[in-house]
Amino acid sequence: MPDTVALRHPRAEALARLLGLVAFALAVFAAVLLVFGKDPLRAYLDVLAATLGSAYGLSETIVKMIPLVLTALAVAIPGRIWLINVGGEGQLFIGALAATGAALHLAFLPGWLLPVVMAAAGVLGGGLWAAASGVLHARGWVSETISTLLLNYVAVLLVNFAVFGPWRDPEGVNYPQTAELVPAAILPALGTTRVHLGLVFALAALVLWALVMRRTRWGLEVRAIGGNAEAARRAGIPIGRYVVALMFLGGGMAGLAGMAEVSAIQGRLRPSLSPGYGYSGFLIAWMARGHPVGIVAAAFGLAVITAGGDILQMTQALPGSVVNILMAVMLFVVLGREGARR
Amino acid sequence: MAAPSPPLLALRGVTKAFPGGVRANDRVDLDVHAGEVHALVGENGAGKSTLVKIVYGFVRPDAGQIHVEGRPAMIASPRDARRLGIGLVFQELVQVAAFTVAENIAMFLPDLPAVLDRRAIARRIEATSAAYGLDVDPAAPVWQLSVGERQRVEIVKLLLGGARILLFDEPTRGLAPHEVDSLLRSFGGLRRDGYAVVFITHRLTEVLAGADRITVMRGGVVAGSVLRAAATEAALVSMMFGTTEWGAPTWPPTPPRRSDRPGGAVTVLDHRPAAPPVLELRGVTARPDGYLTGLDAIDLVVRPHEIVGVAGVAGNGQRELGDVILGLEPCAAGVKYLGGEDATRWPVSRARAGGVVFIPEDALGMAAVGDLTILENVALGDTRKYARHGGLTLDWAAAQADLDRSLGRLDVTVPSPATRIGTLSGGNVQRVILARELAREPRLIVAFYPTRGLDVRSAVAARRLMLAARDAGAGVLLISEDLGELFALADRLVVLFRGRIAGEGRPGVITMAQVGHLMTGTAAAARA
Repeated sequence: MPDTVALRHPRAEALARLLGLVAFALAVFAAVLLVFGKDPLRAYLDVLAATLGSAYGLSETIVKMIPLVLTALAVAIPGRIWLINVGGEGQLFIGALAATGAALHLAFLPGWLLPVVMAAAGVLGGGLWAAASGVLHARGWVSETISTLLLNYVAVLLVNFAVFGPWRDPEGVNYPQTAELVPAAILPALGTTRVHLGLVFALAALVLWALVMRRTRWGLEVRAIGGNAEAARRAGIPIGRYVVALMFLGGGMAGLAGMAEVSAIQGRLRPSLSPGYGYSGFLIAWMARGHPVGIVAAAFGLAVITAGGDILQMTQALPGSVVNILMAVMLFVVLGREGARR
Repeated sequence: MAAPSPPLLALRGVTKAFPGGVRANDRVDLDVHAGEVHALVGENGAGKSTLVKIVYGFVRPDAGQIHVEGRPAMIASPRDARRLGIGLVFQELVQVAAFTVAENIAMFLPDLPAVLDRRAIARRIEATSAAYGLDVDPAAPVWQLSVGERQRVEIVKLLLGGARILLFDEPTRGLAPHEVDSLLRSFGGLRRDGYAVVFITHRLTEVLAGADRITVMRGGVVAGSVLRAAATEAALVSMMFGTTEWGAPTWPPTPPRRSDRPGGAVTVLDHRPAAPPVLELRGVTARPDGYLTGLDAIDLVVRPHEIVGVAGVAGNGQRELGDVILGLEPCAAGVKYLGGEDATRWPVSRARAGGVVFIPEDALGMAAVGDLTILENVALGDTRKYARHGGLTLDWAAAQADLDRSLGRLDVTVPSPATRIGTLSGGNVQRVILARELAREPRLIVAFYPTRGLDVRSAVAARRLMLAARDAGAGVLLISEDLGELFALADRLVVLFRGRIAGEGRPGVITMAQVGHLMTGTAAAARA
């Protein structure tokens, strides 16, 4: 057994290393800002002030955090048995599509029921979308990494098809979007903020997942597969079924994120539904290594960065997508850290 | 050996504790001289592997010094060890299967030039190989070689890499008897040329045949170190286990004879037809994909109250046979019955629910999950049984009770059930898995080299348990290479050779020599 030179607090050490990597990514991005002739310190302070400095800013950061926690779960759940789901974005879109379909066709349902049906549709849509990749993997046909990645494009195109075609709002002056959803289809929000019930969904899902892993028979079996698939197979654990089930659950979480965005934020289905929440979720899950508390923390951090894009656009006259550079650097160093452990 | 020169390798006060407080090594002193073959023996978990890993820089000791040629040595990594002329042959050989022998060795050479001179490397390999009777072909691809051959490649690699102290972690595990003999002969050549050899083993016959000095470890400390001339089997055993703990009556480990069991010496004919065989294979064929060999029209019956031994050199279809019975590998043709029911298409879970248990050779690789605790691993053996509230919780108390009961029957103990199983020694992992599997009231036990790598006491306990399970009505399929074990335990023997049953017979009717010939495919034995 290779000796890992006794760490006093392995967890604290890991956290310190992670923070160091994040600091490194911020430094690299600061260099990028300098190249653009901007003051990086000023830019970072602007972002912090705008996101954490006011109750409004904080509430908007939490709004962005909700889908991020869910898409991180979409990666972390299958990741527990080493499945690599890079299809969070597509699953989010399909979830949004299914939820919108429910809202458009079942608009007559009462206000307490319609969101429930929409959420179920979102979970089912995203879940089945991901489960298809799970089946392909379990049969030994296609790697789930490839199929989930490719299905992202299909999902976005399907949403485009819906909003350009059958579901297009007739009064929308040629905007590719559906008509506004009925009020019953809107998730309730907290006070005057845009923080909506999806926050409860996301945190509940996170807690539930942690409990299932720790306490239940299924959790034990999943941990066994993750720890030693060969031993699990020989103990009679149906690995193929778990592959499909965990892909379904993961996809379902991304689908729920899509439903929440449509219902609480957009109020209608648009192709510009997500600024890459699905991809950011991947980054979060890897930063947190699937740990629930880590997911919340990392999701919050990435929410600040996502919001930061808009701030930089306003205060520094930079394109909002410039934060993608920061995210890319972060993903790079985080994956580099994983690689170094092998 | 009592040379005036300082020992080639000297350890003083080497101490290593693992997280959880297990003292793997406690103030270990060890001297190894040039021209000495030094055997390191001891029970599982006695600290032998840890000690050689410390010398090789793979594990960092908490305290103590290492001297090489009388000079203090700082060994912080395997690279340091190699520079000091220390080489280790691991239990699991680390080689690139797709490369040839020469390429594997070349990768390791410290003086490798940028442009390879294949012919020069091959010549060096051949010269070294010939000097020690290692018979290594530099052009052979490694994937074609047997374990024994690959091990010899490792030795050549270390010698060409300039090693003068050669450490072996259980080198004879998995070797056929004649391969063991030739390995010990190679040790003799190394001794002659002034190398120091340290090897770990459980088999005392090898120690007495091949070692000059024998150091016995027990519970992390050196229990004693004796010269070969002064050593006897009984003395070594008492050092390994402590005389008080392991009294004379249980040594040598003679298992109860077949005739000792209730009902006396029965033959197959005595069985009432009412009890169906626990396992019946009829014409079972498995494709060789992914394996070395397939199975070719296997007919095999295991009845209750019966141990059927499967003899054969590893790689002749044993693994496939076990996998087909367990349901991991589909039958391409033929029918499989478990307890009289057609089980040809049963998944693993159904077979296990039907009372089939599996005792693997490599418990940590095939049966246990290193990241889970001992107790979680026990529950894993039958998650359905321990599930409560439909699976929402697990009954840990029941799992604990089963583990305790089973360990009590095995007469062994293991560390606290909350310990991660991956931190245990190989023998302790095997004990936990044995306990788990035997707690399931098995009807058919498929035991895969179940005592390989176990120390004497654990092996005796495991054998007793198989006998007890048989006497309680289970059928046992004992797959082993150890003919002594097979002849002592089995009621009937079959011999696997290249995926076929090459012959069968009862121990006593069929002789060891005949079985040996069948195992190696030597035609003379076809009459048996």
